[in-house]
Amino acid sequence: MQDAAHGALAPDAILTVDHLTMRFGGLTAVDDVSFSVRDRSITSIIGPNGAGKTTVFNCLTGFYKPTIGRLALRHGGAVHLLERMEGFRICKEARVARTFQNIRLFGAMTVLENLMVAQHNRLMVASGFSLLGLFGAASFRAAERAAIDKARFWLDRVGLTDRADWEAGNLPYGDQRRLEIARAMCTDPALLCLDEPAAGLNPRESASLNDLLRTIRDSHGIAVLLIEHDMSVVMEISDHIIVLDYGRKIASGSPENVRNDPAVIRAYLGEEEALPPEIAADLEGGR
Amino acid sequence: MEYFVQQLINGLTLGAIYALIAIGYTMVYGIIGMINFAHGEIYMIGAFLAVIAFTGLGIIGLTWVPAAIIVVLLIAMFFTAAYGWTVERIAYRPLRGSHRLAPLISAIGMSIFLQNYVQIAQGAKIKPLPPVVQGNIPLMESASGFTVSISYLQLIIILLTVGLMLGFTYLIQRTSLGRSQRACEQDLKMASLLGVDVDRTISLTFVMGAALAAVAGVMITMYYGVIDFFIGFLAGVKAFTAAVLGGIGSLPGAMLGGLLIGLIEAFWSAYFSVEYKDVATFVILVVVLIFRPTGLLGRPEVEKV
Repeated sequence: MQDAAHGALAPDAILTVDHLTMRFGGLTAVDDVSFSVRDRSITSIIGPNGAGKTTVFNCLTGFYKPTIGRLALRHGGAVHLLERMEGFRICKEARVARTFQNIRLFGAMTVLENLMVAQHNRLMVASGFSLLGLFGAASFRAAERAAIDKARFWLDRVGLTDRADWEAGNLPYGDQRRLEIARAMCTDPALLCLDEPAAGLNPRESASLNDLLRTIRDSHGIAVLLIEHDMSVVMEISDHIIVLDYGRKIASGSPENVRNDPAVIRAYLGEEEALPPEIAADLEGGR
Repeated sequence: MEYFVQQLINGLTLGAIYALIAIGYTMVYGIIGMINFAHGEIYMIGAFLAVIAFTGLGIIGLTWVPAAIIVVLLIAMFFTAAYGWTVERIAYRPLRGSHRLAPLISAIGMSIFLQNYVQIAQGAKIKPLPPVVQGNIPLMESASGFTVSISYLQLIIILLTVGLMLGFTYLIQRTSLGRSQRACEQDLKMASLLGVDVDRTISLTFVMGAALAAVAGVMITMYYGVIDFFIGFLAGVKAFTAAVLGGIGSLPGAMLGGLLIGLIEAFWSAYFSVEYKDVATFVILVVVLIFRPTGLLGRPEVEKV
């Protein structure tokens, strides 16, 4: 089953993308791409620069309204059509979280506060839209404590506990990347979308990133959708890989299949072109 | 010396009122980067609601002063907040995402509209309010017989303002609403990706700013005893000056700026000339904008290259 990626064929899919097309004027950034993400799996989207990977993410998280296509997310017996949802509902109701290639933390807030903002919705309900919070109601304090516990759990996981009170903007680069993942996890996602989480990490850091992503998949049962250029990450942890080139899906399958797919090799390394005969003759003669 | 202390008390009272208004400017600027020029009018509406509510309470016979003040405050805060919410909803939200100038012009239009609306609905004549709180506490007396005193009303204004500021700071720093407001301030789009309802957060910011302006309106009505439909303009511009002086976008800055503007006005009137007190305030606006555009407590915006 080479193309298990196609929606209808994958019954345990949490995300099904059908015929996604995104045009900007005359430019087609994503062209009729279909794939699905299975529950409790790590799916990677790879491809050369400009292949449309981030555009797919932007469609999933409400930055762009797709020109054509259906983005269906299923969990808890409900189907959420992401292309029709407003920005904040994608996180609140469909439970999709994402991180960015260029990190977008709240730089002037502390590490802990960044994680608390991600738990905003639960806290708002518990605190009676903060009115009860003003009067120090018990339900508010209990919810606040629970939120701090959750934040602490993820800080432990990403190794930032001793920096909880730092301003996020002052953290070193690698820490900021991990904090962004922790913050996304604090929203309680069903699907976690990571845009180049290994960019700029050293080999040791990207190895620990691999461990973190495996934990998220295995212990928390969360589906991860990953854009990544670092093949040491992609090939090692992906259950399924989708390859885009010029906005089209050119291959998909297990890491092993994709690695040996001639279309993929062509996209990355270019076509082997035959030299014009006279030049070939010159080269031969010169030798 | 006695004269100085008396002016200090007067200046603090005035400063407290400016600070309450300035918070509305600074919070709205912080979250959506626009100057809400209709905010002065929101304050003016708060003042009118105070007159209406006091009159109404007089008619139904609620004359116990502490209860009357609390009821009037609640009524004024509620209705003024509704005005603040409505202004945002119809004049600013539809323009979000358009050019920066569009909501600014819309705000000026809203300001003119509200002024004229109150002028037509309430008449152009000044509205008097008989003194509600009378009496004062003498503090010290000079050899020449000049008595320094703080009136009960001044005491109420200062204490109420301090209380509101503390509560407000707590709200912004410690509750989840405040956290999401600060998050929206830094990155609206990212906040919405974390599930924060950005539109509602912005609406609540307007509601909170308007409620504080209403308190200022009620207090000024009781303090001066007369209001008209035009008081919002000058008070609004002065509170805006206070917000800029403290550093626009900074909450403690707005409080500090408000106090400083109040003190400067009081001392300028006392030692130089009453006629030029507004000039003194606005000279400060110009000087701050030229030499320290980030204000006293504002953060400079660092553009990363």
